[in-house]
Amino acid sequence: MKSNINPIPLFLLLAALTVQSCKPKNAGNLISADAATKTYVAPGQYDEFYNLVSGGFSGQMSVYGLPSGRLFRVIPVFSVDPEKGYGYSEETKPMLNTSHGFIPWDDLHHTELSQTNGEVDGRWIFGNANNTPRVARIDLTSFKTSEIIELPNSAGNHSSPFITENTEYVVAGTRFSVPPDNSNGDVPINTFKKNFKGYISFISVKKENGEMDLAFQIECPGVNFDLSHAGKGKSHGWFFFSCYNTEQANTLLEVNASQRDKDFIMAVNWKKAEEYIKAGKAKRIPAKYAHNKYNEKTHTATSEMKTEVLVLDSKALKEICYFIPCPKSPHGCDVDPTGEFIVGSGKLAALIPVFSFDKMMKAIANKQFDGDFEGIPVIKYEAALYGEVKKPGLGPLHTEFDGNGNAYTTFFVSSEVVKWNIKDLKVVDRVPTYYSVGHLCIPGGDSKKPNAKYLIAYNKITKDRYLPTGPELAQSAQLYDISGEKMQMILDFPTIGEPHYAQAISADLLKNKQIKFYKIEENANKYVTKGEGEARVVRDGNVVHVYMTSIRSHFAPDNIEGIKLGDEVYIHVTNLEQDWDVPHGFAIKGARNAELLIMPGETQTMKWIPERIGIFPMYCTDFCSALHQEMQGYIRVSPKNSPVPISFSLGTNKPLAKK
Amino acid sequence: MKISILLISSVILFSACSSAEKEVAQSPEVASAGGQENVQDDESQKDVVKVAASSKDHTTLVAALKQAELVTSLSNAGPFTVFAPTNAAFDKLDKATLDALMTDAKKADLQNILQYHVTVSSIKAEYFQDGQNLGMVNGDNVKISIKNGKVMLNNSATIIASIPASNGIIHVIDQVLLPPNPSK
Repeated sequence: MKSNINPIPLFLLLAALTVQSCKPKNAGNLISADAATKTYVAPGQYDEFYNLVSGGFSGQMSVYGLPSGRLFRVIPVFSVDPEKGYGYSEETKPMLNTSHGFIPWDDLHHTELSQTNGEVDGRWIFGNANNTPRVARIDLTSFKTSEIIELPNSAGNHSSPFITENTEYVVAGTRFSVPPDNSNGDVPINTFKKNFKGYISFISVKKENGEMDLAFQIECPGVNFDLSHAGKGKSHGWFFFSCYNTEQANTLLEVNASQRDKDFIMAVNWKKAEEYIKAGKAKRIPAKYAHNKYNEKTHTATSEMKTEVLVLDSKALKEICYFIPCPKSPHGCDVDPTGEFIVGSGKLAALIPVFSFDKMMKAIANKQFDGDFEGIPVIKYEAALYGEVKKPGLGPLHTEFDGNGNAYTTFFVSSEVVKWNIKDLKVVDRVPTYYSVGHLCIPGGDSKKPNAKYLIAYNKITKDRYLPTGPELAQSAQLYDISGEKMQMILDFPTIGEPHYAQAISADLLKNKQIKFYKIEENANKYVTKGEGEARVVRDGNVVHVYMTSIRSHFAPDNIEGIKLGDEVYIHVTNLEQDWDVPHGFAIKGARNAELLIMPGETQTMKWIPERIGIFPMYCTDFCSALHQEMQGYIRVSPKNSPVPISFSLGTNKPLAKK
Repeated sequence: MKISILLISSVILFSACSSAEKEVAQSPEVASAGGQENVQDDESQKDVVKVAASSKDHTTLVAALKQAELVTSLSNAGPFTVFAPTNAAFDKLDKATLDALMTDAKKADLQNILQYHVTVSSIKAEYFQDGQNLGMVNGDNVKISIKNGKVMLNNSATIIASIPASNGIIHVIDQVLLPPNPSK
């Protein structure tokens, strides 16, 4: 068929568009022509990496594929998630218990994968709660939160949950110094210097099952601990924490915490701390903190309130802590794959100091100190310094490594990622981010063995990057190919909540060990119903337990009568399916609660307090089968003194025959 | 014609923008045929097709399901009740007719007959009631009757065993069910 469009003007028009399309906004020529093929993962094909990204103020963790940027799952951690019933079902409510009671929200900033010999091992990932201090452990066979431990004597658990190279410990350094929990906290705020202390916590992790325990805390001077990373290789046994507000200001920190030219990186010899504990030098101090565990056999969480913590005094017990001066309110505190170089990123500094572990050890041995800060020796800056990266950019924040001698640092103020050589401290390459980058992630980029194919920058601001959606806009992740000398931006994608730190891991380490469903015969929930024959409704005073099952495409029972106003009804739904990817949901009209989302073989419980007389429909909320719309039932609620007895049925409650 | 102009232009557009980058032409993967029957999963309970395929008494049925291209549908979420005639039940049919049904020319007839053995819902034997009508996938009905505690279909086939599956249930029957209009 002949076209009646004259091809020449059309070509000219397109050529004109071409010129324009070379400079879209200001991303322009940074995107290489093969970006699409580098990030295209064909339908049905798998991504190469899992990217486990903190959700910031969403309180959750999200799971993306790389290089596609596709979102696979949002893992509820510190915030309730009505979509999954997390924090709403009776089984999951204890996960969010704290010494302050049930808390439905927190702010998850950093994620850290477990490691063996300094390499990511794909067993667990940890996350921190930045508001009410806690650390969570997520199991990477179920992508569920398995455990949450609260931290006493802390406030704003920011420099967390970084780990040692065999996951011996997860650390948690307090962002806010506060009066210790066991002291009188009713003091004037401006007595900070006298009454406020900074605690860092070491949480032990059981090798076999990941179970956490607050092993000990170190009481330190009142400053703000910001970020941290463990030593590795030669520096294994040490932990490094960035500190700001060494001015010890308690108001208008924006100015008052920026008075000194240098704050500190605190080096902690945790092996020394262990020696002191063995020698009985730690004190058992009363404390109150929750330890919550989710049991995969009972599908139920429990919360235990702990009452004591072991505390070491960094001032009295020498040789645990040392301060290294670090310019201008350091934020990121990152250790290179060899364990020799410690990079401190002063938010307001015009350079990046790189410290040498060997030099630091020598300085300690030779007592090259500049006095002390509240009883902690301060190592001479030059004595620990390997060198400085000069004029790298504005506002350095975080650094990751490629294992090939290069470091990559984000700059918030100048909105860019800068690649530099660790040995000669020379800048190799720089790329802009859109806009205002915070953290970055290279797969294994804070471990001994980076897998440095990609770099992901997590941006705080997007403004005109995506279709606008009113005043609240998405945050974003930007993917760079770093396999060559130059970094190349190849994709960006919006994220859930606000992404802070993230980790990425080769898909091969996780994809073949995922749980497909829970074996019904192993279900040890107290209220399990292991077959429709066991389905029943049991009244015990004004408490009613409904033992219900769900399977394509009905609930058993699906007609329930005899519930009365004043009853407290617990509906325990067991999903009898033993098939991959067949959850059932459950909801009741008017229930002031979320839905349940029940995985195959699992039991979950909804608490329902009927508040009206009438008929209450219930239904399956997760499209399960061709007859999903038929998967429904009714509950009759009668007045308090009604004589209607408890009855329940499936398929037999037929109209009475006409006489 | 329009399309080819656009294609050429877009190549130009790309090359105009890329300075040093090499153009990688990657042909997209060809989508694999079939559906959930290809999912690698040795852990889940078997679906109705896998249950039938593991029975040595149902080789004729399984071969017919493949010939009628019903394997994908029956591997999906369901729920299905499948009335599964045994090999012996098929042997009661005229051999020439059966052989003809297995040819491509008669595929529509075979589909019609097999779809008359499947209803969308998972019904255990104890839920059947005398006088019930079951709407089958091919659009016709099967009549249920209960005689001496046994479930009969169209007063001819009897359920002799029931096997639960992940996406439904299989009731083994001793007669092939013939729809009202066996050839379409």
